[in-house]
Amino acid sequence: MSHPAILETKEAFGEITHIADPAQIVDLCRYFKDQEKFIRLSGLTAVDWYPMEPRFEVVYHLHSIERNARIRIKCKVHGEKPEIDSVYSVWRSADWHEREVFDLFGIKFRNHPNMVRILMPIDWDGHPLRKDYPVHGYKYSYPNE
Amino acid sequence: MNKSLEDNFSTIPALEELPSSPSAPRRMTLNMGPQHPSTHGVLRIVLELEGETIRSAAPDIGFLHTGIEKQCEALTYAKALTLTDRVDYLSNLANNLVYCLTVEKLLQIEIPERAQWLRVMMTELSRLNSHLVWLGTHALDIGAMSIFFYCFREREEILRILEMFSGQRMMTSYIRIGGVALEAPRGWEKAVGKFIRGFPSKVDEYENLLDSNPIWGIRTKGVGYISLEDMLDLGVTGPMLRGAGLALDCRKTEPYSSYEKFNFNVATQTGNDVYSRYRVRLQEMRESAKIITQALEGMPSGPYQADAPHVVLPDREKMKTQMEALIYHFKIVTEGFRVPAGEVYQCIESPRGEIGYYIVSDGTSKPYRVYMRTPSFANLMALPVMLKDTLIADSIASLGSMDFVLGDTDR
Repeated sequence: MSHPAILETKEAFGEITHIADPAQIVDLCRYFKDQEKFIRLSGLTAVDWYPMEPRFEVVYHLHSIERNARIRIKCKVHGEKPEIDSVYSVWRSADWHEREVFDLFGIKFRNHPNMVRILMPIDWDGHPLRKDYPVHGYKYSYPNE
Repeated sequence: MNKSLEDNFSTIPALEELPSSPSAPRRMTLNMGPQHPSTHGVLRIVLELEGETIRSAAPDIGFLHTGIEKQCEALTYAKALTLTDRVDYLSNLANNLVYCLTVEKLLQIEIPERAQWLRVMMTELSRLNSHLVWLGTHALDIGAMSIFFYCFREREEILRILEMFSGQRMMTSYIRIGGVALEAPRGWEKAVGKFIRGFPSKVDEYENLLDSNPIWGIRTKGVGYISLEDMLDLGVTGPMLRGAGLALDCRKTEPYSSYEKFNFNVATQTGNDVYSRYRVRLQEMRESAKIITQALEGMPSGPYQADAPHVVLPDREKMKTQMEALIYHFKIVTEGFRVPAGEVYQCIESPRGEIGYYIVSDGTSKPYRVYMRTPSFANLMALPVMLKDTLIADSIASLGSMDFVLGDTDR
């Protein structure tokens, strides 16, 4: 398993994590799907490491039925203008997962066919899963909290 | 799989942006839900119809979004467990189990055998509970009413058993980090044994009731087809996949909580329609009954919680008499226990498919990030593909066969 987009590979708790270059994520995912038989995108999410920079980590969980294996790919995304390419062209299941990440973290996925909010109301202010977003929201939080 | 992006465009057309009459003369947009009784929750589907044929369907979710992932970040590991019950309120023990397995993987604590077997037994009971609710309501949607009462009769017995074990009927939180909450109550073998001995014949009863009904066959056979390639590409798991002939079951492929010690089969069918999904779930109920019987007969003795005083709450009696136990109790309740930094993904087979939790810990007593990969959310993505070019009258059967829970979808 080697691809120029993989910057680092770690193994912890029996799980393999590849840290990848966000610019080549579509290439890498296509490689994993076609060459390494990871035909399922099991999940896609993000982690906010505020106030560290690069702030976001986009996390892909891949599953290969044939090899009965799972891997994780992580891409670091800068907080200033959080954007990464969509992997919708590789797995259609990325559709809603990417919309969810956009909704809750504010990370934009380029070339996604329908980049709108999915869980929160369409006119919602802010992205709730960011670490600088209060648990009770802006509207209902108290100044001393 | 080779369709262009436009074909699968899942946008929700706002009412004023609908195609004007010249371009699509006979199309009608129908708003199904969010309060439609057969969506089993709060799901809105915007259907575009041409006569009685659905040309496109766009699910609109999020009505039940309660920010559970965000709330978990504000609670300690032990307290966040109670929220996992609320994610999927029909198979809450599966959610408890996957959360505990994930945290235990980070903590690297060993779970005693008895606790593992109790966990298996309770999760399988909760699978029966979920499948019974599904069967009853799904048949009710299609028009077979009496089966609903039979299913809820058995479900009531399961809820009584859950109450006996944990004190709660639905939000049990019975599975805790490090084991289970309580020792099995006095007389549990008798209660579970009585139920499980009678249960397989009840499944035969449901099968007779439905299969001897010609309307059931007409409304389910050949309805709700979606190709296996589409399903894999769209992230569908669980009985939907097994109804298409792919025996993918985390209990077999990635055994957890000593499932490898149980003897059961993965139910599969090849019809790939509503009827085969029904057959798969019926078979799964029989297999679950087998697992529960094995757990009942071979339940190992020993402790029901791990030997990890910094994680597991001490025994009530010890807490009142021993200083050390009191200190541990105070520390766990007030500040929680620290979990080593790291990240872990763990998945199990819930009644609806693969449910996976991804927990990131930063070394404190609160989870830094809890991501729930819920089967309902992923399965629902296949709905537009499944409903495309089918009759509107079949949409209820197709919807029901997916067996989603909207709490699980929206979290």
